[in-house]
Parts: sequence; C-alpha cells; structure tokens
Amino acid sequence: MAGVTLNKVVKDYGKLEVIHGIDLEVHSGEFLVLVGPSGCGKSTLLRMIAGLEEISDGTIAIGDRIVNDLPAARRNLSMVFQSYALYPHMSVRKNLAFGLSNLKMPKDEIERRVSEAARVLQINELMDRKPRQLSGGQKQRVAIGRAIVREPELFLFDEPLSNLDAELRVQMRVELAGLYNRLGTTMIYVTHDQVEAMTMATRIVVLSKGYIEQVGTPHELYTRPQNTFVATFIGSPKMNMIEAVVRGGTVSVPDFGDIALGGGAPDGKITVGVRPEQFEIGSSGPITTQSEVTLVEYLGSEMYVHTRLPSGRIVMVKDAGKAEHKIGDKLPLSLIPEHAHYFDADNRRLPIFDA
Amino acid sequence: MVDVATQSLDDHAAIARALREKKRRSEKRAGLIKHAFLIACTFIMIYPLLWMLSSSLKPSDEIFGSLSLWPSEVMWETYPEGWEGLPVSFTRFFGNSLFVTVLSVIGNVISCSFAAYAFARLEFKGRNIAFALMMMTLMIPYHVVLIPQYLIFLKAGWVDTYLPLIVPKFLATDAFFVFLMIQFFRQLPRELDEAAMIDGCSAFKIYWAIIMPLSLPAVATAAIFSFIWVWEDFLGPLVYLNDINDYTVPLALRMFLSQDSISEYGQMFAMSILSIVPIIIFFIIFQKFIIRGIAMSGLK
Ligand SMILES: Nc1ncnc2c1ncn2[C@@H]1O[C@H](COP(=O)(O)OP(=O)(O)OP(=O)(O)O)[C@@H](O)[C@H]1O
Ligand SMILES: [Mg+2]
Repeated sequence: MAGVTLNKVVKDYGKLEVIHGIDLEVHSGEFLVLVGPSGCGKSTLLRMIAGLEEISDGTIAIGDRIVNDLPAARRNLSMVFQSYALYPHMSVRKNLAFGLSNLKMPKDEIERRVSEAARVLQINELMDRKPRQLSGGQKQRVAIGRAIVREPELFLFDEPLSNLDAELRVQMRVELAGLYNRLGTTMIYVTHDQVEAMTMATRIVVLSKGYIEQVGTPHELYTRPQNTFVATFIGSPKMNMIEAVVRGGTVSVPDFGDIALGGGAPDGKITVGVRPEQFEIGSSGPITTQSEVTLVEYLGSEMYVHTRLPSGRIVMVKDAGKAEHKIGDKLPLSLIPEHAHYFDADNRRLPIFDA
Repeated sequence: MVDVATQSLDDHAAIARALREKKRRSEKRAGLIKHAFLIACTFIMIYPLLWMLSSSLKPSDEIFGSLSLWPSEVMWETYPEGWEGLPVSFTRFFGNSLFVTVLSVIGNVISCSFAAYAFARLEFKGRNIAFALMMMTLMIPYHVVLIPQYLIFLKAGWVDTYLPLIVPKFLATDAFFVFLMIQFFRQLPRELDEAAMIDGCSAFKIYWAIIMPLSLPAVATAAIFSFIWVWEDFLGPLVYLNDINDYTVPLALRMFLSQDSISEYGQMFAMSILSIVPIIIFFIIFQKFIIRGIAMSGLK
C-alpha cells in the first residue's frame, strides 16, 4: 500500500493547459474518487499518475518515491480502463497472466494468483474464453481480475462501470466496495456518476476545468460545500440557488423574507442555497411563502415537487412518497436559516451557521 | 353480411398471391440475367488461363492454328520435357525463385510492420516529415529509380547476386505495405497499448505480443501481395542476374523464346502453368489468416 502525493502538477498539450497546478495528498489505503464534469481533466490526472501521460510540471510521488520519470510498468500499480482493454487475442487466463509473466514470475506463482483471482471474481468457467465471448459485466470482472493479480500498491480506475447497464452497475459497485474492504489497497477512482462517488469514496475530489474545487468526505461535501460549483454538482436533484442581497447584516430572500446573518456576511450579493429536502412544507418556519405546484416527480419512497414561488421562480422540494400533491395545488413553504447554505459574490461559502 | 366479408377477403388473398407470384417470376428472371452476366465476365477473366492450359497440352502446330480450347490430342509430355527443356533444370529455377521470394516476403513483413508501428504509435522528431517522404516514394515509378539503384548496387559489387533483390525488402522500401499497416494499426485501440505498458511491456513487446497478432489480416495481405509481386517480377531479376544458374522462373520462361529459332511454345506454356501453382498455394494458406483476423477483430 502506498499514498500518492501530487505537488503542483501541471499538464499542457502544447499551448493548451488542461491541469493547472494541482496539489493533492492521497492517503495510503483510502478510496479516493475523482469527480467532475466531462472534460475537466479527471482522466488526464489519472493517466499522469499511471505514467501513461507525461507530467508537464510539478511532481507526483507514489509512497516516498518521485515517479515523474518512472515508466508505467515500474510504478507498481494496476489500472482498469473504461473500455476494459482486454487483449482480444488472448484467453481470459492469458489476459490475467500476461502481466505476471512479463515480470518473469515463476509459473506456479502465476498459476496460484490467477486461480485466486478467478475464485474471488467468480470467473472460473470463463477462463478459456476469448474476450469477445464475454458479456460486458464479465469483461469488467476480467479487467478487474487482471488488475488484482499483480497485487499492486495502488489501483487506478477510469470510469470502469460506465459501459454497464444500470442494474449491473449497482451490483459491480457493491462488489468493488467489497473488494476494497478485503484488499485495503489505495484506490483512485474516476467517475462522473455522483452516486458511485458518494457511496464508495473515503474522500471525494471535485474537479472543474483543471482545478480542484474541494476535497473531503462525502458527508463534508454534501453538508459543507465550499463553493457554488460543489454545492450544485454534489447532490441529486440539485440544490436550489436563490440570489439575494445583503444589507446591514440582513439578507432579504426574495419571496420569503429577511434573515439576520449577523456579521458573517458583507453587504452585497449573496447566493442562498437550499437542498430540496431542506425546505419545510407548511408555514411554521421563521420565513415562509406560498407557492403553486407545477410538476410532481413521484419516485415511490419520495417525490420531488416543482413549485412556483410568487415571483415566478421555480424551486424543487422533496416530500415523502405518501404525501399527495397535484399540479395547481397551493403549497406553503418555510425556509429555516440554519439549514441553508450561503455563498458570497465570488461563489465561496460563508460559514455563517457552520458551528 | 358475413358472406360478403369472406368473399372480399378471399379476393384480397388471391390478388396478393398473384402479385407474389409475379414478383417471384421477375426476381427469377433478374437473377438469371445477373448470373449469365457474371458467368460471362468470369469466362473473360479466366479465358487466358484456360487458353494457356490448353495450349500447354496441345501439339505445337495446333497452338496458334486452332481456336478450340480442346486439344485434339493431349500432350502430357510437354511438362517433363519443359522441366528439363533448358540448359538448366526448372528445379533450379523454382529453387531460386522460392529463395528470393520467401526472403523478400519475410523482409517485407518484418521491416514494413516495424516502420508502420513507429509511424502509428511512437513519438519521435520528424515523424511527419518522414511520413510525407515515405508517401512520396509511393508516387515514383520503379522504372525511374531503376538506373540510379543499379549504379549503387554496381558500386557495391552486388550485381550478379540476389542481394539487390532481397536487401531492400528488409529496409521497408515498399511504402504501400507500410501505409497499409499504418492504417490497420491506427484502428487498434490505444488503450490496449496502455494496458500492455502497465503490464510491463516494452515498445518492442507491445509490437510483438499485441499489435502483430491483432494485425494478421494486414500482415497476411502484405505477405500475399509481396509474394505475388516478387514471384512474378521480371524486370528486377533481368537487370541484376546474368548467370543462367541464378535465373528466377520468369527469366527462365523467356528463354524458351530466345534460345534458338524454333520456340518450344508448348513447353513454355506448361512451365507457365506450373509457375502459377506456388502463388495459388501461398494464397490459399494465407487467406485463412485474413478471414480469421477479421473474425477476431471484435475488439471491444
Ligand atoms: N491528447 C490531447 N490533446 C489535446 N487536448 C487533450 C488531449 N487529451 C485530453 N485533452 C483535453 O484535456 C481536457 C481534459 O480531458 P480528460 O480526458 O482528462 O477529461 P475527463 O475529465 O476525463 O472527461 P470525461 O469525463 O469526458 O472522460 C479536455 O478538455 C480535453 O479536450
Ligand atoms: Mg475521462
């Protein structure tokens, strides 16, 4: 097991800089997930750690060894690719053994590791097939098998589940989490599926346009997003963002009313963020408003209600599945100031009620 | 009420049946015409071969005298006679041809795939310029470089040996094959290379263990074409080989004409027929790889 340390890592393709000086400490034995919108540089960062992409500036260390100039094969890591990248002309067995025989490992040791991986991943019956004779989920298992037989210090995953259908993805997610618990090896996992990120991660790194927006546990990211990007990126459905103005320590939230923020907020623009489950239905809260239901998304155990405030703004509110709402219904809403998130004019979090 | 409905349903069925019948008949007619046309084309293509085969079996006065493809009398003896019909036996010529051709095929496959791998996968300075230069050589006809090349090989003292015919094949001089393989290599997913890199492969090992096995169709195509082209090459051996003991089959065939005033056409055609046999055998062996390779490229 090894940690990974990124120090001012930069990547440019000619004139185009895509990673802008990233500092990141990956702890030994943690499951770190990189999330971010498409094109933000997740894969690039992962491939630089893997040694598949040159590092333009800065250093990457695995354990206490700087690996900038170390070829991929000597970094003692395994990678699982989105397209699986199984060797089409080799049987599953040979796919698993290929990397080990390149290491000149003794035959019986290779045999032992390969059959161990086959047992763990339940691919025993597939060992003599070619990759084209496997389903997507089976290919995925083989790809993971190829990664674990090397018993590396570090696992890298680049959106490994994104080619699977929804049901299989849930199943593989559970299996991967189980694998991680068993092996305890450091894992860096790229995804743009935030459910994957939230459920599997020890810590999450949110990337945007080549910068780190926030690093933290799933709970920290959800409850204390450090900026509006993270606030809207993490959490589904999205946080409602309401622009407002602060004057003399008091913010007047349109439709709702005034909240005293004390000295925590300077005068000027502010964004009040409220997750759908953070509104309270009813008019018992400190500031309230009336609204009219425009759309109801019923999910069984819960429902999301799109509702129009008097100003015409539409917000989304979560309610229990047994509630009854119809389009056109009047819906009173309350906003609890301590539950909301506040962001300044530069979109940074104001720690007003963060005790 | 019910009757009327049934009646009209039956009518519809009858009309539909009639239409189907008509369509089938017209399809049948179109099929016949198509096949007749294709058979005619095939016959035109294959006629020279048939003519050569029949001429090799005809008595010599009949070869240019009769239009019939069917010999009046089958002369099998043209074959053994032709085999020994020149001062040097055809065993020798076939041996020479095989030697030159097999080495050339090996040289072409190895060197062109090396070059193609470099162009398709490796990063190096001047790659684009080198690629452009290589593509330009495709546009220069062989006959233009023949004389300068001859002078070089003459200086090297290689004339009258097989070296001028074989050595260039080991230097990736056939840009066509390089290009063919570049195109094939480029469509192999790069993630395979990357997975192999992490699995500890050197650039050479990736070429050998990943790229080449997956490129059998392209490699087989290059092998077949270079076999045919080298086997049939007349100009190269004509220029560089002067001793009859070194002659390849195409050069030997011409000797039937120039040897003395009476040309042994029957024997020449017999040997020409035999000279095609290795090409056919080679093709049959290697086209399997083409098909197997295509079947295998369910890459994802
Ligand atoms: N070889 C390249 N040449 C130039 N630009 C590149 C190259 N590879 C990636 N980029 C750019 O780098 C940026 C980051 O790409 P990257 O593949 O890391 O995104 P990503 O976060 O993995 O996105 P996705 O979720 O779609 O996979 C993108 O803007 C992309 O256009
Ligand atoms: Mg990516």
